[in-house]
This record gives sequence, structure tokens and C-alpha cells, in this order.
Amino acid sequence: MIIYGVALLSACLVVGLFLGELLGSLIGVQANVGGVGIAMLLLILACNLPWFRPLAEGAPSAGIKFWSAMYIPIVVAMAARQNVVAALDGGLLALAAGVAAVIVSFALVPVISRLSKPSVEPSDSMRGVE
Amino acid sequence: MEELVKVLVSNQLIFAFALVGITIWFSYWLSDTFTGGRIHGSAIAISLGLVIAWVGGVLEGGNKGIADVEVLAGIGIMGGAMFRDFAIVATAFGVDIRELKRAGIAGVVSVFAGVVVSFVVGVVIAIAFGYDDAVAITTIGAGAVTYIVGPVTGAALGASSEVIALSVAAGLVKSILVMTGTPAVARFIGLDNPQSAMVYGGLMGTTSGVAAGLAATDPKLVPYGAMTATFYTGLGCLLVPSVFFLVIRAMLG
Repeated sequence: MIIYGVALLSACLVVGLFLGELLGSLIGVQANVGGVGIAMLLLILACNLPWFRPLAEGAPSAGIKFWSAMYIPIVVAMAARQNVVAALDGGLLALAAGVAAVIVSFALVPVISRLSKPSVEPSDSMRGVE
Repeated sequence: MEELVKVLVSNQLIFAFALVGITIWFSYWLSDTFTGGRIHGSAIAISLGLVIAWVGGVLEGGNKGIADVEVLAGIGIMGGAMFRDFAIVATAFGVDIRELKRAGIAGVVSVFAGVVVSFVVGVVIAIAFGYDDAVAITTIGAGAVTYIVGPVTGAALGASSEVIALSVAAGLVKSILVMTGTPAVARFIGLDNPQSAMVYGGLMGTTSGVAAGLAATDPKLVPYGAMTATFYTGLGCLLVPSVFFLVIRAMLG
């Protein structure tokens, strides 16, 4: 049943966001701390636990794969609801701060990536994917 | 006409699916016809989405882009945080735990480095533009972290609404630039494997920027980048109004 996969996904998101809220209020921050990341870890964990594995295989997995495939369309909709006018209205200061932050952050990606252990398998598997 | 509007308004989300589908189809057609597929269809679709958002903002004067147009409000639901987070978590299906572990320290370092670096850059720009009080400078620096950290910090420190608006604008510029710039720079910053995607997510931090930037570059990398980015805003909300503000105030004497 496809709904089992969707239900597992929903449960992971709700529990993850709840833990993120708790973490936020624990450290006294008005924000959800890592809720989505925790939810992702829960889903990965569930897919590897024998109890939950039936929910992540066969028909139920189609329910998760569907939402994974809907990711790009959702991101396109997300782009269409951004406050682009406000970004452009912010003037030179906002533009300079935003642009400079992005350029410096981009430049640091290769520097900090060196701290990670190199992939055992070549990263070719990640290339040339649509 | 009245009947059509009635149907579209009461079926907003369903209508949004059709519209987004058409937008993506058109974007892939543009990609194939004019760039031979060199500029990715999804990158074009995201850019097109931003242009549409700008049109919506100009037409309606709201803050939700095209979703402020009544018949298009479904776009706002489909592209809102609820569906975005749901789809991001779904992309984690099939993630290789070994890849996550390999990034390890680098992933953690990137989140801290990302918050510090963006904040410092924002602070430097604010000072360069003549700001000299600690509250305004910290709030603008917070905006360079993300457009959520900006107003959270501004509210906590009691910044003026003008400064808070500036910080949100800076965060929006960052988010939009990450969305559109990532596919262009991916090759030069080695963004082609799960480890660098995790570092990238941690450094950029803007969830929507990272989500769209990686989607336009290589959807396989999305879960790795999203995983670290999700901790960024929380860390920013923790550090900026407290530790960073105290540091800035001390430096300004």
C-alpha cells in the first residue's frame, strides 16, 4: 500500500520538526533547530531497520519516491512565491551584503571540503545524472 | 469567466500542479531548443519562477510573489514550507549513510564557518555603508546569514523597522543568488559529490537557496546539502543576537 510509505514519511517529518522545536526552545532560540535534518536521519534510519523496512520497499516505497520526485516542481513553486521585489528594493547595501556573503561562502566550499575523507568509490556515480 | 475563477480559486492547489507542470515543460523546451540542454531545464524553471514572483510582487504589492494573486494562491501552498520540507525529507530516501559519515567533521565545521563568515561579511558591508551602532550593524550582519536570522536578531535587539527590512532584503538577495548561481559555479568549487554538497549546504545555509541551487545542479546531491543547511538558521538565531552582538558591541567600544 502506497499510503504506508507516505505515512512513514509524514511521521518522520512531524517527529523531526517536533524535536527541532524542542531543541530550539531548549537552547532558547526562536527557530526550529535542524528539524528537517533530524527528519531525514529518521527516514534513513527507518529504511535500515528491519521493523520498518517493509514500509520502505515495494509498493510503499512508491509513496516516498513520488514525493522525492515532486521535489523540483515544489522548488519551482517556491521560487515563484519569493519576495523578489523586496530583495531588489533593498538597494545597494542589501545587494552588496547578499552578493558578498554568497561569493565568500562559495569560495570556502573547496577549502572545507578538504576536511572530509575522500570517497572510496570515485564520485563518477554522481556525475552525468540528469 | 466568473465560473472559471470560482473553480480555480476553490481548487487552488490542483491548479498550481498544472501551472507548475506547464512551466517546467516550457523550461525544458527552452533548455533543449536554445541551449542544447547545456543550461539545465530545472535551472531555467527556477529562474522563471523568480521572474514570475517579481511580476506578482509588482502587480499585487504583497510579499508572497505570484501567490498573492488570488487564483494563483495555490502556488503559495505548493511552494510553502510544509510541502518543501516534506519533499526535502523524501529525497533522503536512498541516501548512503557511509557518504554522510565521510563528510563528518567537515559538515559540522561548514555550518559554524558559514554562519561566522556570512555574518562578518554583512558586518563589514554595513560599516562600509556608514552604520556605526552595534544594533544596526549586528542586524544587517544577521540578514547576510539568512532572511530569518535577520528579523529574529533585529527583534531581539530592538532594531528599527528600516534596518530589519534591510536585513531581510540582504537575506533574500543571498537566497536568490544561491538559487541561480550554484549551477554556474558548481564545477569551480568541486560541487559534484555528497561530501562537498554537505559542506556547501552548511556554508550557504539558506534552506530555499540550497534546495533550489542543488536541484538545478544535480538532484542527487539535494539530501546531502539540505541535511547540513537545516541546522544553519537555528545556529544563526542562537549565536548572532547573543555572542556575536556582544563581540560587535565590545569592538565598537
